Amino acid sequence: MASGLHESSFANPVVRWIDQRMPVFTMMQKEYGSFPTPRNFNYFWNFGALAMINLVIMIATGVFLAMNYTAHTSLAFESVERIMRDVNYGWLLRYVHMNGASMFFIVVYIHIWRGLYYGSYKAPRELLWMLGVVIFLLMMATAFMGYVLPWGQMSFWGATVITNLFSAIPLVGDSIVTLLWGGFSVDNPTLNRFFSLHYLLPFVIVGVVFLHVAALHITGSNNPLGIDPKGPQDTVPFHPYYTAKDSVGMIVYFIVFAFLVFFTPNYLGHPDNYIPANPLSTPAHIVPEWYFLPFYAILRAVPNKLGGVLMMFGAIAVLFVLPWLDRSPVRSMRFRPIAKWLLLLWTANFLVLMWAGGRPAEGIYVLIARLSTAYYFAYFLVILPLLSKVERPLPLPESISRAVLRGGGPLHSAAAAKPMEKA
Amino acid sequence: MADTLAPSSSPSTGGAHGPEQGTKRDFLKLVTGSFAVIGVGAIAWPFIASMNPAKDVLALASTDVDLSHIAEGQAVTVMWRGKPVFVRHRTPQEIEQAQAVDVSSLRDPETDAARVQKAPWLIVVGVCTHLGCVPLGQKPTDPRGDYGGWFCPCHGSEYDTSGRIRRGPAPLNLVVPEYAFTSDTQIRIG
Repeated sequence: MASGLHESSFANPVVRWIDQRMPVFTMMQKEYGSFPTPRNFNYFWNFGALAMINLVIMIATGVFLAMNYTAHTSLAFESVERIMRDVNYGWLLRYVHMNGASMFFIVVYIHIWRGLYYGSYKAPRELLWMLGVVIFLLMMATAFMGYVLPWGQMSFWGATVITNLFSAIPLVGDSIVTLLWGGFSVDNPTLNRFFSLHYLLPFVIVGVVFLHVAALHITGSNNPLGIDPKGPQDTVPFHPYYTAKDSVGMIVYFIVFAFLVFFTPNYLGHPDNYIPANPLSTPAHIVPEWYFLPFYAILRAVPNKLGGVLMMFGAIAVLFVLPWLDRSPVRSMRFRPIAKWLLLLWTANFLVLMWAGGRPAEGIYVLIARLSTAYYFAYFLVILPLLSKVERPLPLPESISRAVLRGGGPLHSAAAAKPMEKA
Repeated sequence: MADTLAPSSSPSTGGAHGPEQGTKRDFLKLVTGSFAVIGVGAIAWPFIASMNPAKDVLALASTDVDLSHIAEGQAVTVMWRGKPVFVRHRTPQEIEQAQAVDVSSLRDPETDAARVQKAPWLIVVGVCTHLGCVPLGQKPTDPRGDYGGWFCPCHGSEYDTSGRIRRGPAPLNLVVPEYAFTSDTQIRIG
């Protein structure tokens, strides 16, 4: 081997020539071929790969939509209708992009929930988790700005309400809002910058996803038992085992996606967004897209402008510090008899918030939203820190292979093997 | 690894059976690969198709021109599919000049009769066949080159009164678009 060349194990001369100079093939083989992965993944472990696929779909459809979209207040709405009626397969590209946003949030919410249930945020995966929260924030910003682009009534008033959130900041709030708008109301400069940023942010997301995956490949994946693999008997190579399992999940995902796109393309949207933006008339009942509803409910639950905004952003911020709020060393909720039920309650509570966010902000709905908001935060700030001290977890299995191979797999050492809890 | 996956009763990968007998795994790989290729093709199709002209673009693909107020010797330029079309009402001398040319001496041999439907009316796409510039010669004050037709200012191609290339780098005659007389004084291009 010449000095400075990577020692490649590939036989194909072309592949080998490239690999010696730039070992991308070695890297792919290491990270996606032979990468040792816990052998006991369930289908919740599909959702990272699904999110990656979804991101690619959003970027591909988005790039092609941008070829026909016009970012100007007097032309944007018409240009979207032209995409729907005149551009070849424009209806398909737009419906895939629209529903792709919803699919992305469905996938990512399940992915985050997987992390909450199986303790994927705990040491040593804290940074991995925090990068995930950054991706989630970027996704929300991107989705919000994308929703403004068709310049319908919901676009315009959604943009108005969300940008006005920043006016709650003391002293500099109004200046910040003027800065965001590039004027004194949501208008053409706002639309132009939102289009620019809506095109930029997905590529920032790609960058953070790369870091997210890089961090994952240092710590390795968590698994449904939440215990570390102790040797080769606890792992399988990523390919073909999880490429195959991810493919199964991908097919189910595409079936759901296709059902939305081809049978109910506007089910998750709001009909008012097919009315062109009118700065003189606010729709009677404005709501954000479904994926923002839980946070919208938290915003409205607080009877104070600044307080509501802080609580809403706090609902995401609390996820950043979650690894240090939950001190229990047991990752998987399978072995946490109390926390498990309180997390399931938190999940139901999140859905209640989602429902409450879509109701008018009056009467009983406000009370429900307030109680739900209280539990949302109590779970992170009170219950998890407290349970870390008082909860008595169930005994953990000795190894992944002992737990998943009924009758007991080989142990890596001759340690005294006792009968153990089946997961 | 592959061996551990195969049921014990079936031959393992690359086993005792001859190479002409493919394994179940080969079959699965081929089927999966074919499905993936078809799937990617099916997904790519609408993306590529969306870059072709949209319905509103195609709807504007024909242009009507009223010839009644174009005097003899005058030329007008109309837009058709985003390109200029030269409509020239030729004088008898220009027609004669165009018909007198020895066709075999031309770079792109075509008779004048093959390029017009009615002798006074020459209708050509005003885009030089060299690299797409718009030749001069529509206005009486424009240079028309030595052959009385058009002169392209970009690289010096010269066209005659039938729009045929006579000198310069352009390889072909000015294109005659599809058109039809809808009445004596009206044409529809496209």
